[in-house]
Amino acid sequence: MPRRLIILALLFLCGFGVLPAVADARKDSKAQVEFGIVAAQRDLWKEALYRWKRAVEIDPTYAAAYNNLAIAHEHEGQFDEARKAYEKALELEPNNALIQQNYDLFKEINDRSSRSKGRR
Amino acid sequence: MTARAAAKVVVSLVSLLVAAACTSFYEIPIETPIQPKLDVSAFQRVLIVGFISGGSDDVDTNLETVRLLRSQLRTRSNLRVIEADVLPLAEVALEQTRENAAPPTTPPASDQPSASAPVPNGAGNTSSESASGSGSGSGSPGASPAQTQPQTPPATPPQTAPAPADATPGQPRIRDEKDLVDYERIFANVAYWKKLGEEYQQPLIVTGTILFNPQTRNGIVTQQRETYDQLGRRTVVPVRVYQERKGYVLRPKFVFIDGRTGATLYTETFREERLYPASTNTPALSSYFEMMDTLLPSFLNTLSAQKVRGSRILLKD
Repeated sequence: MPRRLIILALLFLCGFGVLPAVADARKDSKAQVEFGIVAAQRDLWKEALYRWKRAVEIDPTYAAAYNNLAIAHEHEGQFDEARKAYEKALELEPNNALIQQNYDLFKEINDRSSRSKGRR
Repeated sequence: MTARAAAKVVVSLVSLLVAAACTSFYEIPIETPIQPKLDVSAFQRVLIVGFISGGSDDVDTNLETVRLLRSQLRTRSNLRVIEADVLPLAEVALEQTRENAAPPTTPPASDQPSASAPVPNGAGNTSSESASGSGSGSGSPGASPAQTQPQTPPATPPQTAPAPADATPGQPRIRDEKDLVDYERIFANVAYWKKLGEEYQQPLIVTGTILFNPQTRNGIVTQQRETYDQLGRRTVVPVRVYQERKGYVLRPKFVFIDGRTGATLYTETFREERLYPASTNTPALSSYFEMMDTLLPSFLNTLSAQKVRGSRILLKD
């Protein structure tokens, strides 16, 4: 009986306490992501970068935000940060083919430049 | 009937709108900046001096490479390109090797007045020789010789280089990488490059070796063959066929030298190959440019930042 109560209490907490908080975070984060997409489409990459940074701060489990953040870092020539963001995105969603595709394209460029540096 | 058609239009419009609203990814073009491999901020000028070239005689790779790199750097880098005669570097290297090989015998044997005087670097004579040699050989590339500097070093009187067995100027027989080994010592001759650098106000010097060899290869290749069925529909099927192919292999090695010190700053080696069906007759020069075209971005990226264009997918969900 007390066990049932505990379960019920947990369900209540999930339903009315924790989950809405998570949902709010995702909602806020998504708003940042969408704004960032609009900014990037208008070639305002610095603004987009800022928005996607905010998005991952608000919701660190949001793979799409990490993916977009990686693209913005790539655009700015910040390859280490881009790699970290891509890897985080893939860690969160390992089977996301679009993130994987972006990452593969990124690696192609990044590896080429670092390989030629190593030819010295 | 019209009502039904209108309904169809409305349904398709609505579905389009719904699809647009539900789109959770966007393709976006991006330009990825690649930082230059070499810090050339200390230089304002670049001198593409010439290359030790070998392989096929169909293309004068020394001359063509100098012309191509100069024209590319003129438009795609911030460095001022020095217009000077192209050095027949193979001859210069050969001369230096001979001098180094037999130092005691050279002075008495030398019938050239000033050629052997500055022995330690071998620079004075070789560069002046090359100036004379290149003067005849390079005519075409130097479009505006007055851009920066006086023409090479015409200080010493022109003299014919002690040519190798085959008399074609600037073309000692270099067929493969083994033949190049002896010639490549010139890149380590710091004194020579320093002296050359002084003559051009200490620019960044670009030189190196170029091997351009014909290549023939026979084997199975996969071709895309298009077929049409009875209804006239086109399909493309990969077919494996035996084919004789011929073409060229290009092996350039670019050496970047500090004109202030004569020291090598950076070296980069490439290998490109183009094979064509034996039935087609692709000119060597076309093949050369085709291959250089693929190498150029990497070459340019050594000296200046380049942007790689591509696209990525932005995600919403």
